[in-house]
Amino acid sequence: MRIELDFLSVLTEWPLLVKGVAWTVGLTSVSTVLGLFLGVVLAWSRVHGNLPLRALAGSYVETIRNTPFIVQLFFIYFGLPAMGLRLAPETASIIAMVVNLSAYATEIIRAGIEATPKGQIEAGKSLALSSGQIFTHVVLPPALRKVWPALVSQIIIVMLGSAVCGQISTEELSHAANLIQSRNFRAFEAFIIATLTYLSLSMALRRLLNWIGPRFLFGR
Amino acid sequence: MVDFSLWDIFRNLLLALRWTVALSLIAFIGGGLMGLLLLIARLSHSKLLRLAVNAYVQVFQGTPLLMQLFLAYFGMALIGIETSPWLAAGVALTLYSSAFLTEIWRGCVEAIPKGQWEASQSLALSFIEQLRYVILPQAFKISIPPTVGFLVQVIKGTALASVIGFVELTKAGTMITNATFKPFLVYSCVAILYFALCFPVSYFAKQLERKVQRGHA
Repeated sequence: MRIELDFLSVLTEWPLLVKGVAWTVGLTSVSTVLGLFLGVVLAWSRVHGNLPLRALAGSYVETIRNTPFIVQLFFIYFGLPAMGLRLAPETASIIAMVVNLSAYATEIIRAGIEATPKGQIEAGKSLALSSGQIFTHVVLPPALRKVWPALVSQIIIVMLGSAVCGQISTEELSHAANLIQSRNFRAFEAFIIATLTYLSLSMALRRLLNWIGPRFLFGR
Repeated sequence: MVDFSLWDIFRNLLLALRWTVALSLIAFIGGGLMGLLLLIARLSHSKLLRLAVNAYVQVFQGTPLLMQLFLAYFGMALIGIETSPWLAAGVALTLYSSAFLTEIWRGCVEAIPKGQWEASQSLALSFIEQLRYVILPQAFKISIPPTVGFLVQVIKGTALASVIGFVELTKAGTMITNATFKPFLVYSCVAILYFALCFPVSYFAKQLERKVQRGHA
């Protein structure tokens, strides 16, 4: 048999693809910033918090890490309205991505914080820095530098995971591919193009984050 | 309309959990066997093979599992294989697992001191003998914790098979939600079941890791 591939009829729908990429990039950017911030707060709670706070942060991390992203997303989008909290698909997607990233980031950042040499903290104390100042200026920057490669990988995993958000009709890249294939029935071609786009997005994102980290987050 | 009690919901989800477990095992075992072959190719002296395996790993780690599932589903139909969700999900998850396991195991092999390769080479062992008798047994020991940890990722990955119509735990949750209109309750139960499946595995992996680390200290 002959296999006929027709990529052109997918590519003529490029405005949809561009919009999808824009949504994927947007969702990823917002949830990376919020997720990392929440991850730092939770990592602090797991290391320096009192017992209830530590236990709370710990169970949050374990719950999220041991359930699939798609279930978390469905729970937020379909489950929460029953509790009176109705969310737009985009909002639900961002919440799910932030929740997911923050749980993984917590564990990664905690490992970095715990690797801080004691002398560093003592040196900070001897300079009369407050414990808050010690955390943000002495402990956190080298901790982030140490674990940055792991965080970058995790952020990429979350970006790839955002493909699932199309299932609740967030108009990101995989949703665009689905829409295109429902119009012209070129399913395989549409998903090949979406997949290759994801591949280049993940390679570009890795470069970008490796560039951003040392310059803006923890100094060279 | 039939009334669903909490037990009805839970029982039906438990029944669907079998398929989550079955699919996870297929993907994990299939992926393990294929990963081993890829690992041998990755370690071989042929540059072409090494590059090919590298590219394979890059592609599977750099694209969403959801897209891989769609491509398996529609791709097999395109080349004339009659696709079922079982086949497509099994193939996609096996390929996905093999890429990750290859990369995990490659790291373990690289942790083996170079002297071990040289010593076994000086004993005139062939490449396969070196792997079989010297390198892999040592790498095996340190590879267990991350491999068990990856099983959790496979179990969670099977949830995406629901999207191509594979009736496992997540899909069953969606179907029951459509029948009962109780999404909060049903998805809570689904999450609890995944947690009950994954948490012991993660915990076990963490314990194994401590053991290996203590062995090295």
